[in-house]
Amino acid sequence: MSEQVPAAQSPEVIQKLKFYQKGTFTVGNRLTGDDGRSVQASLNRSNALTCGHRACQGCGEALGARYALDAAMRATDGNLIAVNATGCLEVFTTPYPETSWQLPWLHSLFGNAAAVATGVAAAMRVKKHPEVRVVAQGGDGGTTDIGFQCLSGMFERNDDVLYICYDNEGYMNTGVQRSSATPPAARTATTPAIGPEPGNVFGTGKSVPRIAVAHRIPYVATATVADLHDLEHKVTHAMSIHGARYIQIDVPCPLGWGASSHDTIRLARLAVESGFYPIFEAEHGKVTAVRKIRRKVPVTEYLRPQRRFAHLFKGEVPDRRIARLQAMCDANIDEYGLIDGRDDGA
Amino acid sequence: MPKQIEGSRATAEAIALCRPEVICAYPITPQTHIVERLGELVKDGYLANCEFINVESEFAALSVAIGASAAGARAYTATASQGLLFMAEAVYNASGLGLPIVMTLGNRAIGAPINIWNDHSDAMSMRDAGWIQLFAETNQEAVDLHIQSFKLAEELSMPVMVCVDGFILTHAVERVDIPDQAAVDEFLPPYDPIQVLDPKDPISIGAMVGPEAFTEVRYLAHHKQMRALELIPINAGVFKDTFGRDSGGLLRGYRHEDAETLVVAMGSVCGTIKDTIDEMREAGIRIGLVVIVSYRPFPTAALRDMLAAAKDVVVVEKSFAVGLGGQLANDVDTALRNLPDGPNLHSAVAGLGGRPIWRRSLHRLFRQAVAEPWEGTHFLDLNEPVIQREIQRIGKTRRSGPTAESLLRQLGRRGELVAAGEETST
Amino acid sequence: MFEVRIHGRGGQGVVTGAEILSVAAFHDGRNAQAFPSFGSERMGAPVVAFCRICDKIIRSREPIAEPDCLIVQDATLFKVLDLFSGLRPQGYLIVNTNRSFADLHIAEAGLRLPLGHAITVPATEIAQRHIGRPLPNAALLGAFAALTRLVNFESVSRAISEAFSDRVATANIAAAQEAYTLVRLRETAAA
Repeated sequence: MSEQVPAAQSPEVIQKLKFYQKGTFTVGNRLTGDDGRSVQASLNRSNALTCGHRACQGCGEALGARYALDAAMRATDGNLIAVNATGCLEVFTTPYPETSWQLPWLHSLFGNAAAVATGVAAAMRVKKHPEVRVVAQGGDGGTTDIGFQCLSGMFERNDDVLYICYDNEGYMNTGVQRSSATPPAARTATTPAIGPEPGNVFGTGKSVPRIAVAHRIPYVATATVADLHDLEHKVTHAMSIHGARYIQIDVPCPLGWGASSHDTIRLARLAVESGFYPIFEAEHGKVTAVRKIRRKVPVTEYLRPQRRFAHLFKGEVPDRRIARLQAMCDANIDEYGLIDGRDDGA
Repeated sequence: MPKQIEGSRATAEAIALCRPEVICAYPITPQTHIVERLGELVKDGYLANCEFINVESEFAALSVAIGASAAGARAYTATASQGLLFMAEAVYNASGLGLPIVMTLGNRAIGAPINIWNDHSDAMSMRDAGWIQLFAETNQEAVDLHIQSFKLAEELSMPVMVCVDGFILTHAVERVDIPDQAAVDEFLPPYDPIQVLDPKDPISIGAMVGPEAFTEVRYLAHHKQMRALELIPINAGVFKDTFGRDSGGLLRGYRHEDAETLVVAMGSVCGTIKDTIDEMREAGIRIGLVVIVSYRPFPTAALRDMLAAAKDVVVVEKSFAVGLGGQLANDVDTALRNLPDGPNLHSAVAGLGGRPIWRRSLHRLFRQAVAEPWEGTHFLDLNEPVIQREIQRIGKTRRSGPTAESLLRQLGRRGELVAAGEETST
Repeated sequence: MFEVRIHGRGGQGVVTGAEILSVAAFHDGRNAQAFPSFGSERMGAPVVAFCRICDKIIRSREPIAEPDCLIVQDATLFKVLDLFSGLRPQGYLIVNTNRSFADLHIAEAGLRLPLGHAITVPATEIAQRHIGRPLPNAALLGAFAALTRLVNFESVSRAISEAFSDRVATANIAAAQEAYTLVRLRETAAA
C-alpha cells in the first residue's frame, strides 16, 4: 500500500513513500477498519489454541497455529474439529493433565493425521453435521515423510479436510533431525556440519506444496508467519471450499535453526524476500496467485542469522554452496514469477 | 433366514445389519470378498447412511476408523496378516484411546516367507494390544460374533477383533442363518459414545501421559479386559434370548464332562476335531474338546475349571512363538498352573500356512499324546526327511541361499523322483 | 456324508461348480459345504474344489481325501496329477471328454469302480452349443445329478438360476439338462 506525499521543497517533485505498516505487519492497526483487521485483533477471537502451552520462546509454529486455527474457527462459526499429528505442536499444547486446546482435538499417531481427519469428516457427514469442518495439522516430519502416504491418499480421494503443515524444516521435537523438508546445506543432528559436505546434502528433499498442486486438489497455498494477515486470509478462503486443501506455513524454529527467539518473524520475512520460500496459491493444479517480493535480498542475509548455516561462512572464501542456494532462490523467483519485470513464472 | 452362502458374504451381510456408519478398507487376501460385498451394499443403497472409503493402506484404514469412531460414528474395517502388521501402530492406538471399532481378521499366516493361507500368527501378533479377540468356529458363529462384537465394543468402549479363518471359513459356501434387521436393531442400539469430538462440548483426546499417570491409565485398560470376561457371557446370553442361538461366549465344551483327555483349540479346526472325537469315542476313548472363543480376554478361570479333572490336555494351535512354542499352549499352561493334581499338557502346532489338518493325523496325535507323550512342541505332519536334508545342506556351505527357495526346490525335485519311482512319497 | 472332488483348470468354473452343487443340495433341504483348494488365481493352473453333502451338520474342514465322486473337468490333468487318489471303491467318476476311457489311458481306473459308476460326458461340447463358451461345469452337474441321484435336477436348475443372470442361467440350465438326459438315456439303454 503506498501513499504519495508531496515533497516539502517543490510542488512539482512528488516523492513516493511506501508504508508497509498499514494492514500488514502491524496487528490490529488502529488505522485499519474492522474488516481489515486480523482475527487475532478481535477480543472475540476463539483462542482455539489458548495461552499456557509450553512452546519455546519465539516458536513460529505456536504463532502460526494460533492464527490459523482462530481464522478457521471464525470461518466455520466455531464448528471445527482438529486432528493433530505427533510433534512439537501436539506435545507443547497437551502436557498432561492440561490442554491448551479450546476446540475438539484428537491426537492419534505420527503418520496418520490426514487419514484420521478423513474419518472424522466422514463421521460428520454420516451424522448429518455437514456444518462441522475438519482441520488436520502436523509438522513437516509428520507431513512430508512419515505422514506422506496418508496425505497423498487424502488428496487423491479429495476428502473434505484442510491439512495445515507447520514447516520448520526438521524433526524439532525429537532434537532437530533432518526431514525431507530440510533445506540443502542446513545443519541438523543427522546432517552434521562436518566432512566434505557439511550439513544437508544438495539434490535431496521434497516439496509437498508442489506435490499437492500435482494432485490437482481444490486449494494449495504456502504461507508464512511473516505475513499473518495473508495466512488468515488463506485459511479463511480454504474453509470456504470443500474437498482436499493444503496449506504449508513457513514457521522458523529458533532452537532448531540456531536463531534468536526474537528473530522469528524477521527470518520468515527474509525467507520470502530472498525467494527461499515462495509464497503462492494454486487451485486444481494451476498456480493462481503469488506473493511478490517487494525488496529482493541476497540469500546470505537470510542465512547469516541462523547457526544451522554458520558453517557456510567459516572459510575465508565464500562456500560454493551459498551460490547454489542463491541459484535455488533465483530459480524459485523465476518459476513463480515473484518479481515484477522478471520473466513471469511458467 | 437360512442361506447357502459364502462365508465372506455372510459376514458382510451381518455387518450391514449392524448399521455401520463408516467402513474403510484396504484389500488383502482373504478378506477382500467381505469389503467388496459391503461396498456393493453401500453403493446400491441397501446399506444406507454409511460412508465407504477406499483407503491407500491398512494403516490408513484403521486410522480412518479411529477418526470416525472418535467423532461418534460406528466404524468397521477388515484385514489379515501383513495388513494387520502394517496397521500395528494404529491397533495399539485404537485400544489405548478406548475406541469401539470392530475389525474382522481373516486369519492368514504372516511372512516371510509370503503365504496367503490360513493360520493364526496374525492374531497372535496383536494379542497384547488390548483388543478383544474372538475366534469363530463356523461361518454361523462368524456372523453371530460380529453382531455381538459391536454391542460388546460399545458397552466397554474397547475395540474388538473377530477372527475368521482365511479361506477355510471366508471362502467356504455353507448354510448360514442371517438374522433379520428388526432383531439386530433390538439387540444393538445406536452407538452412544463415552467420549466424542463435538464442537459444542470440546475435549482433547490423545494427550501425552507421563510416568506419574501412565501406570494407572494402563491398569484401567487391563481392568476393562477383566470386565469383558464378565460381559462376554452375558452378551452371549442376551444374543441367545434375541436370536435363539448359542453362539460366542468365552468357551464351550464338546463331550468334555467325563473326558480323560481334553483337546483345546480355536477356530474352524474344532469342527474337524469334533469329528475325530466322535470316532475315538466310538472306540471307547474318553476324549473331549474345549473350544476357546474368547482368546482375549483369556478365560483363565473358566478354562481351569473345565480342564482340572482331565489327565491329559492336548493343545492344537495354528501358530507358535519362534524358539519357544505355541502361544495358546503357553496360555493354557497358565490356567493349569497351581492345580494340585493337574493334567499333563501336550503342545501341538498344526495347519501352519494353510497346511490341511487331517482327521487321520489328529487321531494319531491324540493317541500319541497319551501313549507316547512328546517333549516341547510337536509339529503335526512335519516333513522330517526334507528338514534333515536341508539342515545338512546348510551345514556344508556358508552361501547356502534362501531357505524357502531351497526347500521348494527340494520338494519339487522329490516330486519328480516320486513320479519316476525313485523315491517314495511321505 | 457324500463327498465330491472336482478337478479342473483355472477359468473353467471349477469353484463355481462346487458352489452351485452345494446350493442345489441346500435346496433339497440338506447340509452342504463347498470350498476350493486355495491358490493364487491364475488362468489355466490346476484347481481343485470340494463339496460335502450330508443330512447331518457338516463340521469337518479338511480337504476331501476320499471322495465318493470325482468330477474331472479337464482330461489333460491326468498326465499331470494323481487325480484318482483316494477315490472310494464304490465311488463315481465323471470325466469331461468326447473320447473314451481307453483313449485317455484311464480304463483301469474306471473298471475298478462298480459297473455304470464311471462315465464320460462331452460337457465342453454341450456347453459350447448352449452357452457358446467352453464352461463345462453346469453340464457336469447335470450329469452328476443323473448319475448319483444325490441332488434333484430341479434343485440344480434353481441353483444355476441363482448363480447367473437370466440369459446365462437359461443357457447353463439347458446344458445341464442335455447332459442329464444323456446320462439317463445311457443308463436306460444299458439296463
